[in-house]
Amino acid sequence: MRLLRVIQFLRDHLRAVVRLSLVALALLVLLDAVPAIVDKGHAHTAAEHIPGFWALFGFVGCVILIIASKWFGHLGIMRPEDYYDE
Amino acid sequence: MSEFWLHPALILLLGAALLPVVPARLKKAYLLVVPALAFARVLGLQDGTFGEVRFLEWTLVFGRVDGLSSVFGYIMALTCAIATLYGLHVKEDAQHAAAWTYAAGSLGAIFAGDFLTLFLFWEIMAFSSVFLVWFRRRPESLAAGFRYLLVHTAGGLCLLAGIILHCKSGGHGWAFTAFDVHHPTPAAWLVMIGFILNAAVPPLHAWLPDAYAEGTFNGSVFLSAFTTKTAVYALCRGFAGMEILVPLGVIMALYGVVYAVLENDCRRLLAYHIISQVGYMVAGVGIGTQMAINGACAHAFAHILYKGLLFMGCGAVLHMTGQSKFTELGGLYKKMPWAFLFTLIGGLSISAFPLFSGFVSKSMIVAASFEEHNLWAGFLLMLASVGTFLHTGLKVPYFIWFGKNNCKPETWERAAEPPWNMNAAMAVASALCIFIGCYTPYLYAMLPHPVDYHPYTAYHVSETLQILLFTAVGFFLLVKKLEPEPTISLDTDWLYRIGGRLFLWLAKKPVQASDAAVGEAYRTAGLQPLMAAARGIGRFDNIVIDGCVDGLAKVVAGIGARARAIQRGPMQETLALTFGAAAAIIIVFLIVSRAIAQ
Repeated sequence: MRLLRVIQFLRDHLRAVVRLSLVALALLVLLDAVPAIVDKGHAHTAAEHIPGFWALFGFVGCVILIIASKWFGHLGIMRPEDYYDE
Repeated sequence: MSEFWLHPALILLLGAALLPVVPARLKKAYLLVVPALAFARVLGLQDGTFGEVRFLEWTLVFGRVDGLSSVFGYIMALTCAIATLYGLHVKEDAQHAAAWTYAAGSLGAIFAGDFLTLFLFWEIMAFSSVFLVWFRRRPESLAAGFRYLLVHTAGGLCLLAGIILHCKSGGHGWAFTAFDVHHPTPAAWLVMIGFILNAAVPPLHAWLPDAYAEGTFNGSVFLSAFTTKTAVYALCRGFAGMEILVPLGVIMALYGVVYAVLENDCRRLLAYHIISQVGYMVAGVGIGTQMAINGACAHAFAHILYKGLLFMGCGAVLHMTGQSKFTELGGLYKKMPWAFLFTLIGGLSISAFPLFSGFVSKSMIVAASFEEHNLWAGFLLMLASVGTFLHTGLKVPYFIWFGKNNCKPETWERAAEPPWNMNAAMAVASALCIFIGCYTPYLYAMLPHPVDYHPYTAYHVSETLQILLFTAVGFFLLVKKLEPEPTISLDTDWLYRIGGRLFLWLAKKPVQASDAAVGEAYRTAGLQPLMAAARGIGRFDNIVIDGCVDGLAKVVAGIGARARAIQRGPMQETLALTFGAAAAIIIVFLIVSRAIAQ
């Protein structure tokens, strides 16, 4: 059960894990802005040259998907589980 | 007629037929050996056309082996072996037999060189796979199985109609080759509808989440692999470059993602993600360039493994706890940590994390669409990958293994690591997902066209990591909004589930009422005059006919009484009199006839 101990350890130090992740995210966007590291020669659109464009795309896309889908679901698509019972 | 060619599907079919007579102590070994033999046979196939059989006026081609059929045959046979290992402890022979027949149907369709053989195996797939749903033996599974079968029968008929129209007109013959995608005939449309129904393209997709969520814990692993990806193969073969498939594929990719947000059942969520992922492949077929077809094949290959792995992970939860709904699960990492790890690997693979299989396959399709300057398709497919990670990479693991513990005490009590064979199958699939992601030549060398694509560029890695990790930020910020709700989502199956009821109501009420009205009208307008007429005829019979007959009888009786007086008794006298009279008549006749002759 070594795997369980690893998971438990990460959960016990959740604050540190979150902080580390945030640092990693920041680094990711910073590195994206350095042309020597990330060569954007093959990008197909002008927008892709903005540093962190895909980070914004991911975040905004995620928020839009969740909110739009839930809105759509509550239009009458989501029904009680016994909807089809006779 | 060519010489005998051992079809890999034949190994599975014979294996399934002999399964009941294998002694119980050898059964597990047998279950491992047969799919391994089928896989070995696929590995040993040489390119070419084999297994040609003359049947009536047709030549059936069972073995067309080329770049396209090989890569699909390879992954199907491999998956059959892994999924059989996963269900190794299932005691019921019929379940294994149905699964192998299903896999054989898929292999048969993939290696088929003509439309009739394709259709034959296409139907074998539909009719064997439904048992993987029925064997769960819930009333819901029975109903879902029947719906599945009806939809596939309708799709099969559409395909058959298209095949006959196509082959009987324009002198195409029965060979299964590419259609003219720039000037599709009505026959081509019918065949394509048959194919895209099996590929679960909306609005012909609702059978998939309906049936796959109701399958047995191991049956759904088979289901997740064969039907849709065999259809992707058929589309690659027949409709590469068919432009309408690009928007259809993009719609599919997003449709599955939207429904996955709403879904409460983890296996139905995964089923919606099959639709989403197959959307990438369908879009790839629609783009139709060599790179896009390579991408569709590579993505099908990778997808079968990680989707099988995800279904194995959620199937393990279902098998061990009896639950598959997020509102009945949660916090299971303490009980099933390995199932969590394997499912997470499946989730990272489907989300196309660098070093996992989806990264090297999905990006080929997206890159092909950007290269064709199909920018909107490229961006929308990127948005669908956001949704993929959101659900399969985050929502599924989080709400089953972490999140709020919704387990009932008995669920919690039952939960434990699954049997060794299930973990072994998941480990093999996980290892393959990582291997494909890390060592690209393994997959790329198998693809039908030469590959000039390098997924591991700094830009691609940076782009992917940004998208995925910031999706995770969005997920954890909005996790409250994603809390599962105990609901089902209406989909296009509503039309035939409620429509079927409307049909039954029509049969019960208006049709039955009109039937009763016609019966009543017949009784008053038809039956009663008929009976009056019959009574009249009866009376006529009594009085007139009977009167005549009786009168005649009386006359005969009177003559008889008079004649009786002549007969005095002795037999000889009567005979002498008779013969004498006869002789006299003959003599008179002879004299008269001679006189006339003279």
